[in-house]
Amino acid sequence: MDKLSQLFQDVSATWAGGYSQYLTGAGKTILLAVAATAVGCIIGLACGILQTIPVSKDDNPVKKALLLVVRAVIRIYVEVFRGTPMILQAVFIYFGLPYFFGNGARLDVTPAAYLVVSINTGAYMAETVRGGIMSIDPGQTEGAKAIGMNHFKTMTSVILPQTIRNIIPQIGNNLIINIKDTSVMFIIGYTELFAVHKAIVGAKFVYFPSAVIEMAMYLCMTIICSVILRWWERKLDGPQNFDIATTDTLALTSGTTNYIKKERKEDMHR
Amino acid sequence: MSEIILEVQHLSKSFGKHEVLRDIDFTVSPGDVTSIIGASGSGKSTLLRCVNLLETPTSGDILYRGENIKKIKGGAPAYRTKVGMVFQSFNLFNNMSVLKNCMVGQTRVLHRGKEQAREQAMQYLTKVGMAPYINAKPRQLSGGQKQRVAIARALAMDPDILLFDEPTSALDPEMVGEVLTVMRQLASDGMTMLVVTHEMAFARDVSNKVVYMNNGVILESGTPAEVFGNPRHQETKDFLSRFRS
Ligand SMILES: Nc1ncnc2c1ncn2[C@@H]1O[C@H](COP(=O)(O)OP(=O)(O)O)[C@@H](O)[C@H]1O
Ligand SMILES: [Mg+2]
Repeated sequence: MDKLSQLFQDVSATWAGGYSQYLTGAGKTILLAVAATAVGCIIGLACGILQTIPVSKDDNPVKKALLLVVRAVIRIYVEVFRGTPMILQAVFIYFGLPYFFGNGARLDVTPAAYLVVSINTGAYMAETVRGGIMSIDPGQTEGAKAIGMNHFKTMTSVILPQTIRNIIPQIGNNLIINIKDTSVMFIIGYTELFAVHKAIVGAKFVYFPSAVIEMAMYLCMTIICSVILRWWERKLDGPQNFDIATTDTLALTSGTTNYIKKERKEDMHR
Repeated sequence: MSEIILEVQHLSKSFGKHEVLRDIDFTVSPGDVTSIIGASGSGKSTLLRCVNLLETPTSGDILYRGENIKKIKGGAPAYRTKVGMVFQSFNLFNNMSVLKNCMVGQTRVLHRGKEQAREQAMQYLTKVGMAPYINAKPRQLSGGQKQRVAIARALAMDPDILLFDEPTSALDPEMVGEVLTVMRQLASDGMTMLVVTHEMAFARDVSNKVVYMNNGVILESGTPAEVFGNPRHQETKDFLSRFRS
């Protein structure tokens, strides 16, 4: 009990001395994670559209070659950015650009951090979206084609909206991973929440109390994100019920009814 | 304008080494209701899918109003707006309400205004008896209701011809009637239809042409009276006898 009240006091003191730094750090963490996840999703969806453009034997050779190149580039992008640590990617971009092109080419810390996390997330999302698209019933694509939609319209009106709904849990995973893993951006000097911890313990030697604060703050952020994503899922699903203006005249006059259908309508009204 | 809407010439289709359609010829004139009958696996679906280019024919030509469909301006998408298709498995867009299903093609493909698209969609949804359900999502509907919406969706594009691939085969028996009622209504309104079906009563009473397919070829075709009343081939007789009780 003594220890707990001691901890409580230490945590309070550490918080009182540094809360504005902690909050600023948390703000920078969440902004980076949310923005990079959003951009990553856009990259992933774009890759999904490009990768699934159908190639048929009758297409002209230029189009075929172009599509093969696009697929290869996306494949390489995914393998490279998924297959290397984000911390090293940050180093590569932050220090690599000036190495080749001089100091004028050095990105500021913040844009560099946003860029790296976005591209990294994009590589994961590209695969997630590809899997999501493959899991949609091919009949949906055929239905869209049959009313004259081209690939782009089919994707944007029919396939991607359903894909997005299905991959929200994956988007959530990525967001939560990003909230935690953006901490590696300290390597290029981006001062998000974990960098604040290091600065504060470096000055005051309050390792454990500060860690308690950090734990609590990370957990808060991730839980709030989870809740928001669940809410988004439900919103996309739409209402469970719908209104019927009148009765289904045709089903009744065709003489083929059926208590089953009526029962079902009542279900929907509930 | 050519009198003939659709002309299929020497159409063949193979999947790898497997030759599914061989030298298919037929024509569709305005107002024709053509029923395609035949055993399962005889190539009926493949034929319909070639006609709206969901499959690419291996050889042969399809002329739409005298024009080769491979060369139509705007490619397959433009051509498909004129040739509607109703599938056995409905293929309604799961992410959209009934109304939106019937509007999206009009707005995104035909570039009609929202109001016009809504009016047109409502007109056809009313026709198929689904107007009360405009706010429902496909998963909230019965099979027969889904198929009627799918028909309205196809009609809303103002197609020249509608293709049906076994539109009632996935339905519970008590729902077949409601879909056939709609199809009979369309036929009597003068809609040009190409219907793959196992509903022999529909083929006999509603269509003016019947095509019997066997092993990838059209074995026999003619008026319902000819094909049902006086089949020339033993295979046709055997096939039809399976539907007589
Ligand atoms: N995509 C495909 N790949 C390979 N074979 C196919 C494909 N689609 C259909 N087939 C084959 O073509 C034949 C005809 O099929 P289908 O046109 O569906 O017949 P039906 O509609 O008359 O039952 C069948 O033997 C089927 O296995
Ligand atoms: Mg079939």
